[in-house]
Amino acid sequence: MLTKRIIPCLDVKDGRTVKGVNFVNLRDAGDAVELGALYAEQGADELVFLDITATVEGRKTFAELVKRVAHTINIPFTVGGGISSIADVSTLLHAGADKVSINSSAVRTPELIDQLALEFGSQCIVVAIDTRFIPYIEDFPEAGGDHIVHTHGGRTPTELRTLAWAKEVENRGAGELLLTSMDTDGTKNGFALELTATVSGNARIPVIASGGAGTMQHFRDVFTTGKADAGLAASIFHFREIDIPDLKSYLQRQGLPMRMTI
Amino acid sequence: MKTVIIKYNAGNVQSVMYALDRLGISYLYTDEEEEIRSADKVIFPGVGEASTAMAYLKSKKLDQLIPSLTQPVLGTCVGMQLMCRYSEENNTTCMGIFDVDVQRFPVEPGMKVPHMGWNNIFDFKDPITAQIPTNAYVYFVHSYAAPVCAHTIATCEYIQPFSAMLHKDNFYAAQFHCEISGNIGEKILQNFLNM
Repeated sequence: MLTKRIIPCLDVKDGRTVKGVNFVNLRDAGDAVELGALYAEQGADELVFLDITATVEGRKTFAELVKRVAHTINIPFTVGGGISSIADVSTLLHAGADKVSINSSAVRTPELIDQLALEFGSQCIVVAIDTRFIPYIEDFPEAGGDHIVHTHGGRTPTELRTLAWAKEVENRGAGELLLTSMDTDGTKNGFALELTATVSGNARIPVIASGGAGTMQHFRDVFTTGKADAGLAASIFHFREIDIPDLKSYLQRQGLPMRMTI
Repeated sequence: MKTVIIKYNAGNVQSVMYALDRLGISYLYTDEEEEIRSADKVIFPGVGEASTAMAYLKSKKLDQLIPSLTQPVLGTCVGMQLMCRYSEENNTTCMGIFDVDVQRFPVEPGMKVPHMGWNNIFDFKDPITAQIPTNAYVYFVHSYAAPVCAHTIATCEYIQPFSAMLHKDNFYAAQFHCEISGNIGEKILQNFLNM
C-alpha cells in the first residue's frame, strides 16, 4: 500500500543549516549533507532543502550543496527557495535534485509552471503554497473571509484564494503541492486540518502538509482528518522533540501505512 | 566491467549516475552504438513523457539498437515503459521487447494519479530481487503502468495490481526508481550489475 510520507525540511543559508540543531552524534550539525543523511538513515521518506540565501554567491554554494546531497543520499529530495526560471531549475536538477519547489515565482508568473512541466515533467515540479486566513473586512470584500495565498515567506498577501490557486497550479502541470499554513506554522498546535482536507480532497495530485506539527498525534490527524499524503516539519525533528523512528512506529500502530526501515 | 547509461532526452538521469557512484561503479553516459554494444551492462533510465522520448530514440536509431542488445539491460521508469509494446501515453508505439501494453491508472475516487511515493513490492520471480524481503518499499512516480503479465517478476498494487518489474531474456525493467529507493533500490541495482 502506498505509504504516507514523513518529510524533514532543512533551511539552508550559505550552504549551512540555519535552525539550530541538537544532534550530539553529528560531527557538524550545521552540515546539511550530514544532517540529511542522518534523517535518511532514520527513515525519512523524502527531504526538503530550502535555500534561504539571498545572494548570488550563496546560490552557487547551494547548487554545490545539492550535488553533495545527491551523491550521499539515496532517497528523493526536493530543493526550493528563490527559484524563478527554467535555468534555475535546470541547474538544480542537473546538480541531482529530484524535484524543485517554486512559490513566489509561480504566483508572479503562473505560466512558469506550464513551462517547467513541459520542459522537465510534472513529476519534478512541486508548487509551494503559503497561505493565511484573512477575516472578512467590509472595505476589502473581494479578498477577505478566506485562506489567501501569500508570497515572500508568508509576508506578502496576494489576491489568490488558496483552493482556486491549488486547482490552477494543478491544471498547469504541477506534480505535487506543498501547503503551508502561516496561521499554524511555528505554533506546534497542529496542522491546519480543515484547510489541508479541503485542498487535498479537491486535488488529483499529492499534497504535503506543513506548519504546526508539535506532537505525533498531529501527524496522525493530518493524515486522517487532513487527508494529506505527506507531512513536513522542521524544528521538531532538528531539536529531537520527535524522533522519526518513534513517529513512524506510532503512526503504523495507529493503522496508517508507513515505510518501516529500522 | 563496462557499464553504460544510455543517453537520450529522458530528463534528469543525474541521480542514476550518483547511485552508481555510491556503489563504486564507473560508467559511460553515451548514445553511441559501438560503446553501447560493447558494454557488459546497459542501463536505460527515464523520466518524462513516452512519445517525446520514443521519437528521440527513433531519431538516433536507438529503438533498433536497444532490442537487439544481448548483454543484461535494465530499463527504469519510462525506460521500462518504452520497452513494452505500446503506451497509452499519447498513443505511443514502443519497442515491443515485453509483450504488454502500458495503461493509464484508472480513475478511482480518492486515489491520486500520479502514483507518487513509497509502495511495497511482492511476488518475486527472479534472482534480481535476491535478498530483497517481500513487501520491501521502493519509490514510484508514474501515471501509467504495465499490467501483471507473463514477464512480471515483481508486483505492486495501486488502485490495481501492476508490474513493478519485468524480465524477458537479457532484458530487465523496473517501474520504480532504484536510484532513490534507499538501500533496497541500491541492492536491486547491485544484483543487476552482478549478473
